[in-house]
Amino acid sequence: MNRRKFVQNSGLSAMAALLGTEIVFGGVLPKGYIPLGLQDPDPFKMFDKDQEMKVLNDKPWNIESLAHLLDDPITPNRYMFIRNNGIIPQEIDPGTWTLSFDGESVQGNKSYSLSELKSRFSVHTYQLTIECGGNGRSEFNPPAKGNQWSVGAVHSAEWTGVRLRDVLEDVGVKSDAVYIGFHAADTHLSGDPKKEPISRGFPMAKAMQDETLLAFQMNGADIPLAHGHPLRLVAGGWPASTSGKWLTGISVRNQVHDGPKMTGDSYRVPCNPVAPGTKVADEDLCIIESMPVKSLITYPKTGATLPLGKSLSFRGHAWAGELEVTKMQYSIDFGSTWKDCTLEAPANRLAWQHFSGVAEFPKKGYYEVWARAIDSKGNAQPMVLPGWNPKGYLNNACHRIAVKIS
Amino acid sequence: MENPASKFEQSARAISRMMGIIFAMFMVVGGFLVYLMIDPTLSAFSPEPEALVVVTPPEEDDFDKIENGIHLRTGFVEGEGLMTVVNNCTNCHSAKLVTQNRMNAEGWRSTIKWMQETQNLWDLGKNEDIIVAYLATYYAPGEKGRRQNLENIQWYALEE
Repeated sequence: MNRRKFVQNSGLSAMAALLGTEIVFGGVLPKGYIPLGLQDPDPFKMFDKDQEMKVLNDKPWNIESLAHLLDDPITPNRYMFIRNNGIIPQEIDPGTWTLSFDGESVQGNKSYSLSELKSRFSVHTYQLTIECGGNGRSEFNPPAKGNQWSVGAVHSAEWTGVRLRDVLEDVGVKSDAVYIGFHAADTHLSGDPKKEPISRGFPMAKAMQDETLLAFQMNGADIPLAHGHPLRLVAGGWPASTSGKWLTGISVRNQVHDGPKMTGDSYRVPCNPVAPGTKVADEDLCIIESMPVKSLITYPKTGATLPLGKSLSFRGHAWAGELEVTKMQYSIDFGSTWKDCTLEAPANRLAWQHFSGVAEFPKKGYYEVWARAIDSKGNAQPMVLPGWNPKGYLNNACHRIAVKIS
Repeated sequence: MENPASKFEQSARAISRMMGIIFAMFMVVGGFLVYLMIDPTLSAFSPEPEALVVVTPPEEDDFDKIENGIHLRTGFVEGEGLMTVVNNCTNCHSAKLVTQNRMNAEGWRSTIKWMQETQNLWDLGKNEDIIVAYLATYYAPGEKGRRQNLENIQWYALEE
């Protein structure tokens, strides 16, 4: 802002000096126009995101969605959250992009061009729900360190690519393989070229699932830059950090992958439950795998007022990590009584499921509509915060919207 | 009887007087023209001289401007140690990563340690105490309980 004001108040020559080059046709620059090179980056334009999205962090870029923006059955790019650990890569040439395989448990190192991946393996499309492990972190008490996500770090887009399993079979994997770890083209915040910002992964069992993709398309088009162009992993139902973006390499490991953000307290929770605020040693933390059961009311937006006697039609989505949601309920009396919602089957495994309901209100006043999903193993969303953990992961407390009857 | 010498004297005096007048006129016209060069609009004679104040903001002065207790460039709260925090904590990541967090002194210190061990943060020396004191004062945790009230609700009439 200050820079913008300064630029507006100073002349062409000052702008030219800032840009380090002469402004050709400077004389015909419209008054008040700021050359592109001097504009503050507008993340909404840069990433084609809706203006209502909330910027949590601009270095690295972390932007979250809001419950009512996630109403579409399949999330379009403009409402998809962005989570980065490092700097988004600058120069990407899909023509020369390669994906290399190495590690203790490959039979030999191998590398594929993007066109080889597309032509040599069968292409599949799935709708896959990806949620940030720290979605809901802002509610934890004592507070947990990191980007303070509210409810919007989740999306369910359609991803097209080849199965990681098919490519791993082509590479040749030894029987002692335990884990895969990804490597990517993003760069570390410190500028150190030797440091990877994030290199996570998952066990072989997840790598071998039908839905685990090496994806090159999102919602029927090339993957947008901020979401991993031109190639990314998509591991639906697991913390989004396992779905590596800007994918350049995969290491097949004979041990649990130990890249940055796999160790210490990153994406880990206490193996045994602890009291809020407890100090937990690294060796007592376990890696998060499947995300827990959760749901969002995406319509109406919180804050609706309606006259007494009018019923409220609401809807949303529910998901349960590796599992399916089998029951969906709502309450208008702070959890005293629950009623069933209509619940649809997922488009495919690991896609979120749509629910809807109609609530009636007995008298005037302030209400909250609470929604809770129950998974195929009988786990329901808690009404208060679930187990506290040092880094504030896995908050799946039931979502609430405020309603006033007048 | 006319003295030719006095006649000459008379003529000379007349010429000298004329030359004096011409010189004076030249001086007046020339002076006016010189003045016109300096003040072409004759503004010195306007009843209300125009206030021609050229506002050129000094280039650096608002770079670290503080307004309503907020350091505008970063969003940090004004307080003792502010610039030490700005200079050490916004090089790699955005100030937003700091200001959205709440920790006590111990928590901030362990975050610094983690960044030094894994994220290439330099040794802060005696600045570490200044930074921790600032953060633990202005970005300390508040009591949130197990579930907070819904807040900042923007009420609207639901149209169908």
